[in-house]
Amino acid sequence: MADLSLGSAHGDTDTIRDAYLAMARTKRMYGGILLIVFVALMTSGFMLADSRNAGGFWDGILNIFQFPGEVVAEAREKAALLPGLMIEFLPSLIETLNIAAAATLLGAILAVILSLLATRGLAKFPALISPVRRAMDVMRAVPEIVIALVLIFILGGGPVPAMIAIAIHTVGALGKLFSEVNENASLKPVEGLASVGATWTQRMWLGVIPQVAPNYLSYALLRFEINIRASAILGFVGSGGIGYDLKNAFSWGQGRYDEVAAIFLLLFLTIVFFDQLSDHYRNKLVGRG
Amino acid sequence: MLTFDRLTKRFKGNTAVDAVSLTFPKPAMIGIIGASGAGKSTLLRMVNRLSDATEGHVLFEGQDVTALRGGARRAWQGQCAMIFQQFNLVPRMDVVSNVLHGTLNRRSTLATMFNLYPREDIHRAIDILDRLGIAAQAPKRAEALSGGQQQRVAIARALMQDPKIILADEPIASLDPMNAQIVMDALRRIHDEDGRMVIANLHTLDTARRYCDRVIGMREGRVVFDGTPAQLTTGVARDIYGADAGFSEAATSTSIEALDDAGAMLRPAQAAI
Repeated sequence: MADLSLGSAHGDTDTIRDAYLAMARTKRMYGGILLIVFVALMTSGFMLADSRNAGGFWDGILNIFQFPGEVVAEAREKAALLPGLMIEFLPSLIETLNIAAAATLLGAILAVILSLLATRGLAKFPALISPVRRAMDVMRAVPEIVIALVLIFILGGGPVPAMIAIAIHTVGALGKLFSEVNENASLKPVEGLASVGATWTQRMWLGVIPQVAPNYLSYALLRFEINIRASAILGFVGSGGIGYDLKNAFSWGQGRYDEVAAIFLLLFLTIVFFDQLSDHYRNKLVGRG
Repeated sequence: MLTFDRLTKRFKGNTAVDAVSLTFPKPAMIGIIGASGAGKSTLLRMVNRLSDATEGHVLFEGQDVTALRGGARRAWQGQCAMIFQQFNLVPRMDVVSNVLHGTLNRRSTLATMFNLYPREDIHRAIDILDRLGIAAQAPKRAEALSGGQQQRVAIARALMQDPKIILADEPIASLDPMNAQIVMDALRRIHDEDGRMVIANLHTLDTARRYCDRVIGMREGRVVFDGTPAQLTTGVARDIYGADAGFSEAATSTSIEALDDAGAMLRPAQAAI
């Protein structure tokens, strides 16, 4: 009660009002300046890029639908052939999916270990946090296609180099995301397990993983989707799968656009399917927890 | 003024609130008591329309609140403030901004996104904070405040709404006895001075007895007691909580005076040892 009736004299309130209004004005001014700088940068950046563009943005933008238009037009003509083509490409799709799945699994397992080593408060060797993080940065920074090209040069073409390339990128990307999830995990259960004499592995496996598993799974499934696309693209550089077929269909040019359409449709349906699947399992896991 | 008509909420398989019918003819300070899971929070959440009733109605001044949709529902929420056990402030924003959130229903989305509020509103927010004794905290981030101070910021946000009803869901359950008293005194003062209706879920009987004009007891979703604080005897409390004769209020009381009673009870026990 004392605290309530201690209500400050009115002079104090005026000071507080003025001080707060001054603070609010400063914040608004900074916000306004930032907004102006942002708009100015966007405008000048666009103008610069447009002037250096070979064809000019405004002339090119109108043609943006030309190529998809051609593909759709041809696919519509040969619509009856599409289901047959889709079945024909199914084995390559499965190869692509296998590459993505193996890479995601391998990458995620390594990412869990590295992320735990790279999280402040959880790491077994605090001194190694920074090196582990830099290592993950490197794995993330190098594009899959570069790693794949190097590996194809060493190991020869095929699905294995593609899988390793995607896995390396996945370790870096998922390790970063997992480590952010770990930072939000409560340390109380970990402390509880430490109080009964648990080892580091026991504390992580029994104290941290149950808390973060739903988020891990959700990120891993998102990564799986991304990896399906990555695996398809790697087919372009000769590691098999549906990307190889897509590249062939593209290079044949007009007349084979029905194949392009069939492959795109297959990829689209696959992504939708795995998106639904990941939603389902994520909800199940969160609901159980 | 406010009527609940067979208000019911069912979750998968179990009934959280079971056909609650109550009438509140005029603004009062009302306490709802009951064990955890008795449906107290669910009841308040249905009044604020944070959750929808499965069956039944809430009528406020003749208007069926449970039937409101979209903008009308948000307008009702603007008039019916809610205070939570865990304060539910935005931790990284300053105290005055948190209080100004009470006006969100009346302001345009775009202006509030850039934290632009009229000067009069800012002045009023600081006046309300001053009334609750925490004006000095105005520029701090909400997360930097103690629990009792945060709950008073939440009350200030509720007052900023200029509501006819204030619902408080266990407002003092996460506070120490001293801060609990400050917060309850503030709620009582809001009722006495502004004539607003206050409905508070409480889980300490002495608080309900001391501050409320009318106490409602709930058990397993049903109203099992409705009367004045004086009628709330230990026997009635045992019925509400489904406890046996071993139940003693003083054993876990949070009121500082009750320490003497509990001490008196312990002494014979110690003597026996």
